[in-house]
Amino acid sequence: MSQPVETTYRECVKQAIREAMIRDQRVFLMGEDVGHYGGCYAVSKGLLAEFGEERIRDTPLSENAFTGIGIGAALGGLRPIVEIMTVNFSFLALDQIINNAATLLHMSGGAFNVPLVIRMATGAGRQLAAQHSHSMEGWYAHIPGLKVLTPATLEDARGMLWTALEDPDPVLIFEHVMLYNRSGTLAADAGPVDIAKAAVRREGSDVSLLTYGGALYKTLEAADKLAEEGIAAEVVDLRVLRPLDTATIVASVARTRRAVVIDEGWRSGGVSAEIAARIMEQAFWELDAPVERVCGLEVPIPYAAHLEQAALPQVEGIVAAARRSLGR
Amino acid sequence: MARQPGHSIVARFSIEAVRCIDAAGRAVGPLPGFAADKRELAALYRGMVLTRTFDQKAVALQRTGQLGTYASSLGQEAVAVGLASAMRPEDVLLPSFREHGAQLWRGVAAEELFRYWGGDERGSDFAAARADWPVSIPVASHVPHAVGVAWALQLGGAPRVAVCVLGDAATSKGDFYEALNLAGAWALPVVFLVCNNRWGISVPVERQTAAGTLAQKALAAGIEGIQVDGNDVVAVREVVAGALDKARRGGGATLVEALTYRLGDHTTADDASRYRDSAEVSARWHEEPVARLRAFLTAQGLWSKDEEEALLGECHAAIEAAAEAYRATPPAPPTAIFDSLFATLPAALEAQRREVARRGGD
Ligand SMILES: Cc1ncc(C[n+]2csc(CCOP(=O)(O)OP(=O)(O)O)c2C)c(N)n1
Ligand SMILES: [Mg+2]
Repeated sequence: MSQPVETTYRECVKQAIREAMIRDQRVFLMGEDVGHYGGCYAVSKGLLAEFGEERIRDTPLSENAFTGIGIGAALGGLRPIVEIMTVNFSFLALDQIINNAATLLHMSGGAFNVPLVIRMATGAGRQLAAQHSHSMEGWYAHIPGLKVLTPATLEDARGMLWTALEDPDPVLIFEHVMLYNRSGTLAADAGPVDIAKAAVRREGSDVSLLTYGGALYKTLEAADKLAEEGIAAEVVDLRVLRPLDTATIVASVARTRRAVVIDEGWRSGGVSAEIAARIMEQAFWELDAPVERVCGLEVPIPYAAHLEQAALPQVEGIVAAARRSLGR
Repeated sequence: MARQPGHSIVARFSIEAVRCIDAAGRAVGPLPGFAADKRELAALYRGMVLTRTFDQKAVALQRTGQLGTYASSLGQEAVAVGLASAMRPEDVLLPSFREHGAQLWRGVAAEELFRYWGGDERGSDFAAARADWPVSIPVASHVPHAVGVAWALQLGGAPRVAVCVLGDAATSKGDFYEALNLAGAWALPVVFLVCNNRWGISVPVERQTAAGTLAQKALAAGIEGIQVDGNDVVAVREVVAGALDKARRGGGATLVEALTYRLGDHTTADDASRYRDSAEVSARWHEEPVARLRAFLTAQGLWSKDEEEALLGECHAAIEAAAEAYRATPPAPPTAIFDSLFATLPAALEAQRREVARRGGD
């Protein structure tokens, strides 16, 4: 492994795109303002100069069209990376994502895989209000035919895209807006990572904290706080919401006998409900306490900072839920 | 044109463009009737100056951390004021997010606009203009709404019209085309005002579409499309008034493309110098609408230095007072996030609301 270098999440995503474009001439990036502007979260800054307009494509403002074009291009032999500014605007392309990308293999009797990667920003915390801030990855994870990735670490930001592009099926990558500026070190030659397994980010024996994406860091902070009280929390980063790695979840819960699910998304019918259900189905007899959930409140994400923060899971809430599961 | 046997031309189309006052402030022909009344012109001028004053203050508040991300309408004042001045109070405005001038004209308070752009959704619960819609953030998704409003107005029987404002980039979207088609098919009383400011964030209109005009997008839907000089407030008012009048008389929908220019950044979160040549912007300053109307008024002997100073002072005072009232608004309590979710909060959400109340100290 080469020397670790100082980098950011944003830079990792960019380098992942760069490397993919260098490695494979079929790869291109398209979306709104990805070229001259450099992407609305500045991920693709500089790529236009390096790769030119053929491969870094500013599209007209038309999510449904350019997502559908991505499907067509993928079937035509290219390897498109479609960038949608934010998860809320992916709703303009739902027909293409759900009725088409996710079903073409089925509808073509197995003839047409759709090797398409769609990246989008997700989550709240930057005061972007009720039409730019939702966490809908759990909802996409409801759709058979899609793979849903939620890279939370630098390593995953750098390595998941590679694997996703090699996947024959449509893959959605959700980049939480609060992660782009996160910095740390990563091997300069960091390569592809799996897109199948959850990862234990911190080991512990008293309670399993199950989370993903932007909530991972609040959860790790909560685990630090719990450690001060003598509670050893295990933190599991789900990494992939579809297909969900149930084995890692169940193994962790079997060790700790307690589970708290932390999900910035809405509670009712969300990914947290699915995880709780799987624990019921597969680890019921291991449990010493009911599964706890810490979720985003069920409201449109408000704009004002104090209201936005009130609507999101916070460290204190995670700590309190863990304590409850331990009967403290 | 030489034609093959069996070939014939079955349709021909053209797009008309309208201008009343040129960039130097000279009338290019006979002006519409209302322009003979100095008070009418002075009101249009005041509307544009007030809008610009509002924009300047909003940007200043944002730069000092007192407002959220803001979309200025600098250079586009004639579109907003021209269209609003042509409307009747009982018509319904469905703006995009750069029509502060139209909202102010229609009675929305500057204080309310500051509140909205400051991140307080209560700012969109207007005290006046109750039927007007809040701004549309998902681009073009309000175009179908306008058609639905128009349908309801038509069924209501009164001669009221829905006016939908959208940008050049918004005309690339499917919902725009679908809504236009339906408005044509059902002959509904709606005016689509496409504010072509030549840019959609970093994408110039030439790369947004190969269509030579945006007005011609109406033709495929079977409705009239017309272009107007969007920096000429007199022309905008005249053309929109014509479209409204036609709609009121049962003549159906019109698409008006107003050609203007976004002199500022896309929003305060943008720096357009990264993708736009500053020479292009400087050249466009010669066409801007406020100086244009002032030049016309001055040349006609209708406007004095004293009047100008009095107007600037009045607009400044009004906007400062609105900003002060905005700053004095107490923030909403945390439980407010549940208060405009349903008419009556379902019992199942009461627990979440109580949790917020417990944490939030209210
Ligand atoms: C459906 C959707 N996609 C993307 C965006 C992000 N966005 C906001 S404004 C804008 C450009 C709009 O350009 P135009 O329609 O010309 O209006 P202008 O900003 O010039 O007034 C984009 C892409 C959005 N708000 N909604
Ligand atoms: Mg525009």
